[in-house]
Amino acid sequence: MSEHSTYVPGNAAEKWLDERLPVARFAKEHLMDFPTPKNLNYWWTFGAILVMCLGVQIVTGIILAMHYTPNVNLAFDSVEHIRRDVNGGRIIQATHAVGASMFFAALYIHIFRNLFFGSYKAPREILYILGVIIFILTMAAAFMGYVLPWGQMSFWGATVITNIFSAIPVVGESLLQLLRGGFAVGNPTLNRFFSLHYLLPFVIAALVALHIWALHVPGNNNPIGVDVKSTRDTVPFHPYYTLKDLYAMVLFMIPFAWFIFFAPDILGHPDNYIQANSQVTPTHIVPEWYLLPFYTILRAVDFNILFINSQLGGVIAMGMSMVALLVVPWLDTARVRSGLFRPIFKWFYVLFLINFIGLTYLGAQPAEGIYVTLAKVCTAYYFIHFFVVLPVLSRIEKPLPLPTSISESVLGKAHA
Amino acid sequence: MVCWLPAASYVIVRGYATLATQAHHSTTRRDFIFVATGAVGAVGAAAVVWPLINQLNPDASTLALASIEFDLAAIPEGQSVTITWRGLPVFVRHRTPAEIEEARSVPLSELKDPQTDEERTKEGHAQWLIMVANCTHLGCVPIGDSGDFDGWFCPCHGSHYDTAGRIRQGPAPTNLVVPPYQFISDTLVQIG
Repeated sequence: MSEHSTYVPGNAAEKWLDERLPVARFAKEHLMDFPTPKNLNYWWTFGAILVMCLGVQIVTGIILAMHYTPNVNLAFDSVEHIRRDVNGGRIIQATHAVGASMFFAALYIHIFRNLFFGSYKAPREILYILGVIIFILTMAAAFMGYVLPWGQMSFWGATVITNIFSAIPVVGESLLQLLRGGFAVGNPTLNRFFSLHYLLPFVIAALVALHIWALHVPGNNNPIGVDVKSTRDTVPFHPYYTLKDLYAMVLFMIPFAWFIFFAPDILGHPDNYIQANSQVTPTHIVPEWYLLPFYTILRAVDFNILFINSQLGGVIAMGMSMVALLVVPWLDTARVRSGLFRPIFKWFYVLFLINFIGLTYLGAQPAEGIYVTLAKVCTAYYFIHFFVVLPVLSRIEKPLPLPTSISESVLGKAHA
Repeated sequence: MVCWLPAASYVIVRGYATLATQAHHSTTRRDFIFVATGAVGAVGAAAVVWPLINQLNPDASTLALASIEFDLAAIPEGQSVTITWRGLPVFVRHRTPAEIEEARSVPLSELKDPQTDEERTKEGHAQWLIMVANCTHLGCVPIGDSGDFDGWFCPCHGSHYDTAGRIRQGPAPTNLVVPPYQFISDTLVQIG
């Protein structure tokens, strides 16, 4: 994006560096001068908030690893040791645990912002797909992190989730043993999860770099979804959006800090304060709240479909719920990006959002009675939204007239 | 590994394409050597990668626990115990005649994974039901003496098993697994 470059080396040393490794030029182009639509609202601050969340998890995680012991006999106690004995450990551990929830809160807002404003549409498909991959990897990292304290939910969560792979025909059982390093979840499992939990955030960080690279090729989408037409439609990233993002981060830190200081365990599950026991399953296994929608889809399939048994069916459904997200750019082919100008889509979006919250709620309920039926209805609607509603709307919906430019939408016709 | 294998094959293919366009003849000796070298390289890479994956498999100390002996004498009728075999929980249940009768009276057509009660126990030892205690859905330990079929109920996703440990209702695809075992004497079994 050298066309935006206004970088002029200030002195001989900067000039010397610029001719060898133009990092200062790169930073000025991409972190300061980058032309950004001037109408971005606060929903657009969650990208920066997510970068902050990743940073918080990496820093607190590296510190926790200095005090944690990945062994089935010591892991549970070492987490308590961190919380009770290590200087400031109570806050650092709480920040990491609460941080996972805050990370996902921001992720979901970021994803739903994208789905409403059509940010996944051309030319931002790769940017979007990288985002979905980051989401999936973050779920994997969070899941493995949750296993490390080695409580009852850790152990049984690990058992249930690794068992998903046993549904794969023919190789499933061998693959399951390969993943667990034994016939059941045990010490080898805990050790490798610790290793991978340490690795994944750095893989995610690398993908975030690609995500931002892919963002900086077409530039930001914006609330009206109309392309940038001239320099009058944009402002430099710094100071306009650096400060807006910083302000949003401060606001985001308020609930974050409240959880850390006043309710560090409220988002967790009390059963995880019982040390792992391979002989007894807790009466009611629930994953962390951020995995619940997909957990509901997994267990909604409790019937055989032709030659596919119910276990494999559930796994396929859960996999397809991710695939649906990945292929959205090709399911929703409407030319208009922003939901603000799509009178019918707007309502289906709200319905999808309610349905998604319903899936989350149902994941935390026991698998009995009315909940089983509701889970099937919500799961079916999740897929109907992607594979029926979006393609059909793209063809039949008549969008509202679009503003001719970002400036016009901001200032009104007279000034544009 | 995930990244560099496609990258390496890309380099090989592009290199080959470059050579092919440079050569005026369709196939040359050089093309053959190029492809052969690439192929040997790919096999070599796979050979190096395999031990790096195989280390994830169960190790010798895990495999050493593959077989155990267990004395049944202490379990009264109508009770069950959970023991550990290969790190897995295993149910050993001393069934009452009523439970056996209940299991045997079910027609096979009602079963999701049809298996007779006799196939799930040893001849002459029908009162002993020995099964891996992991729900075949996703591996939770079902709760005994519960569920709609007087057998086991899995609290995780609501699978019901009958008094022979057969799946009757819920998402589990198959019956609870009967491990390989044999009676050494009337009260001593060897599992594994």
